[in-house]
Amino acid sequence: MSEDAACFHCGQPVPPGADYPVSIEDTQHDMCCRGCQAVAQAIVDNGLQAYYSHRTALPSTASELIPAELSKLALYDHPEIQKSFVIEEKDAAHLKQASLILEGITCAACVWLNERHLQQLPGVKNVQVNYGNHRARITWDEREIQLSRILREIQLLGYNAHPYNALQQEALRRRAKSRDIRRIAVTGLSAGQVMMLAVALYAGAAFGIEHSTAQLLRYVSLALTLPVLLYTAVPFYGSAWRSLKSGRLNMDVPVTIAILTAFAGSAWVTFRGTGVVYYDAITMFTLFLLSTRFLERNARERSVEATENLLKLVPAMALRIRDGQQEAVAVLDLAAGDLILVKPGEAVAADGEVIEGVSSVDEALLTGESRAVEKSVGTAVIAGSINLEGPLTVRITGVGENTVLAGIVRLLDRAVAEKPRLAQLADQVAGYFTYVLLALTLIVALGWLWVDPARVLEIVLAVLVVTCPCALSIAAPAAFAAAGSHLLTQGILLTRGHALETLAKVTHVVFDKTGTLTYGKPLLNQILTLGGMDENECLRIAASLEQASEHPLAASFQARIGKQELYPVADAQNYPGKGVAGVIDGRRYTLGNRRMSLAAENVDDDAQGATVGATLVWLCDEQRVLARFALSDELRPEALGLVSVLQEQGFKVSMLSGDSAAAVQHFAARLGISDYRSGLHPEDKLAALKALQAEGQVVAMVGDGVNDAPVLAGADVSIAMGGGTQVARASSDIVLLSEKLPDIWRALQAGRATMSVMKQNFAWAAGYNFLALPFAAMGFIPPWLAALGMSVSSLVVVLNALRLKQI
Amino acid sequence: MTPILIFLLGLAALMVVIAGAGIFWAIRSGQFDDMEGPAQRILMDEDDPLIPRRTLRGGEK
Repeated sequence: MSEDAACFHCGQPVPPGADYPVSIEDTQHDMCCRGCQAVAQAIVDNGLQAYYSHRTALPSTASELIPAELSKLALYDHPEIQKSFVIEEKDAAHLKQASLILEGITCAACVWLNERHLQQLPGVKNVQVNYGNHRARITWDEREIQLSRILREIQLLGYNAHPYNALQQEALRRRAKSRDIRRIAVTGLSAGQVMMLAVALYAGAAFGIEHSTAQLLRYVSLALTLPVLLYTAVPFYGSAWRSLKSGRLNMDVPVTIAILTAFAGSAWVTFRGTGVVYYDAITMFTLFLLSTRFLERNARERSVEATENLLKLVPAMALRIRDGQQEAVAVLDLAAGDLILVKPGEAVAADGEVIEGVSSVDEALLTGESRAVEKSVGTAVIAGSINLEGPLTVRITGVGENTVLAGIVRLLDRAVAEKPRLAQLADQVAGYFTYVLLALTLIVALGWLWVDPARVLEIVLAVLVVTCPCALSIAAPAAFAAAGSHLLTQGILLTRGHALETLAKVTHVVFDKTGTLTYGKPLLNQILTLGGMDENECLRIAASLEQASEHPLAASFQARIGKQELYPVADAQNYPGKGVAGVIDGRRYTLGNRRMSLAAENVDDDAQGATVGATLVWLCDEQRVLARFALSDELRPEALGLVSVLQEQGFKVSMLSGDSAAAVQHFAARLGISDYRSGLHPEDKLAALKALQAEGQVVAMVGDGVNDAPVLAGADVSIAMGGGTQVARASSDIVLLSEKLPDIWRALQAGRATMSVMKQNFAWAAGYNFLALPFAAMGFIPPWLAALGMSVSSLVVVLNALRLKQI
Repeated sequence: MTPILIFLLGLAALMVVIAGAGIFWAIRSGQFDDMEGPAQRILMDEDDPLIPRRTLRGGEK
């Protein structure tokens, strides 16, 4: 350490002899005092090292010297630090939104507690906590409340919150997993020993045992149970206490009561010297409970991993090109307009437009489409897609929270945060059930006190343990999480919580035509040569002429001609509403509708062989017509298959379109749709939809997302074809990122499957509890069997939900 | 009978402590980080290249 070094955090000289090192990104930095050390360590521990590369000025020292405890939270109010995880609402800069991880969430009640408590703070606009991945999305008004205050409130509730960061989440998860395994191991060892001694005691009770020996065994059992009581079961106490404090009971309350009363009763028996001890039941129960929770946590993580993977798609670093020089910079430092180089094999760091290079990219994780997508100059690339072949230079159009990917993640968060009606119901029922359970236990205890006081402890234990409503409360969320995550991997994005539930009830599917059943853009599908010139030559001339045109039809010529070289066009002219003209190789050609050239007007046109509703374009030289091109919107190839499957499965299918009657009729006939309406304005479509709903139909509307917004909003469940940026502003309940029509059928199936799995789960959980309760109350179930039954019942529910990943 | 019982119980306790220490060590050294990989890995032969190498020179594989 050099004598005149400056403090890495505040910039003041480090006094001689001071030794306050902090390791930041693998380098030791010296701080001037304990205060700076604490702040810097807090920054590093919370994964916010980016602050040091971001900051443009050193902190003003005096005001930064806050007590270490507070400083950690106050850090999050710093605008430089907020840059990495906070977004501002577009229309109101004082409204901020952040995604936080909550540590300590063990059940649905924790979610409820956090949401309710934070919601009532002044200045907090919106709080949504996701039980699946423990993420909270909070919107607050900066003028009324600081983020540090919100975090402080969360700490007061007994939880811990910090900004979401995929890497940190990973580390946290690993730590939690090690902790769980340690607990299970300790409990397992203890349970094994206690069980052996319990066998000796049971045998002793049957065949006779010296009192002193029995007492020895009891005391040893008590000692072996202590690690379970004082270490491994502690999380249950904490959770139970929090739920009591919030006035809403969760299932850890009966668990805690069971463990503590069993121990107290057994200890009393041990000291007194007569009676039955239940150390074996305590350790077994804890072991089963911890193991079930561990397995449930793993299953839940697997079911949300598709969502989590989306967040990990964007790399942390990117190669920025500035003044012809490449430099590696953090993605957070990129801004719109920057140029970045994406090498083959790398993920694209931000949304942008290719300005140099040709390659193909893999967008599978975003769209479910496994085929690589070609990219060349002028095409858009999205953050998170993987460049496969050649290097691409990309001009950035959106970074961070402004990317398509971030938009998708926000929609997903919204979907998960909005609890489906059934899940809400289940939460309520589980809550009431806990009260009923405690009341019943009390009654049973009083009853047995009267019948046989010696067995009270055993019976109470069995009743509390066997009826733990764990399975009931995870029945719905487990099913929804598994189905949603599975659909996402197929390119089907659920953006609303109710989507799956409503999908299961759909009876009528309404399609928009343009852009949904058809591609929504004209394709060149027929070329008729009339002047003796060959087809390809006509096409080449046409495409060359269209170079100068911005008309949508122009693109389809260029698409058809592919990579063939175009002719240089001299004297290119554009006649709006008619067509284009130009001179190629000394000859003047025109391309356009019939008014464009005299020759075309004189052709006897019966639109022979062209699709109904097709646009006809004529290529002429100065004397004669050379070719006629027919361009029309085409059906997506899978449309026919989808419509027939839906009709076979008993769905009613209709088509509502704003297009002309002839075109709509043509497509309806090809698809076999008998119920179609044409020439509709959006409000007419909405009225038609309302009429269907008035008949009692549950309507799924399939549209292309942008121009159908009011109709989509009016349907019971709406499905939008979503490519690119449309996703970010989707007004629909489901977005087909894949743009594949058969996915609609897949989504409908998934909705039904989810509902049936959920019903099975509810039936199982409720059935198990109601069946087990009377047996336990009558004393037929020993405590250890109760523990086993409780664990198996929750496992069945989780495993049943995981079946949804195979639809 | 009691002295031998005490000895055996003490021995059992010692074993528990040793087993516990062993498990804690295993967790800390990351042996529980990946619960699926090792189970799969045992099925893969390391001397059997997954990507067949091209024959570089005549005769040599």
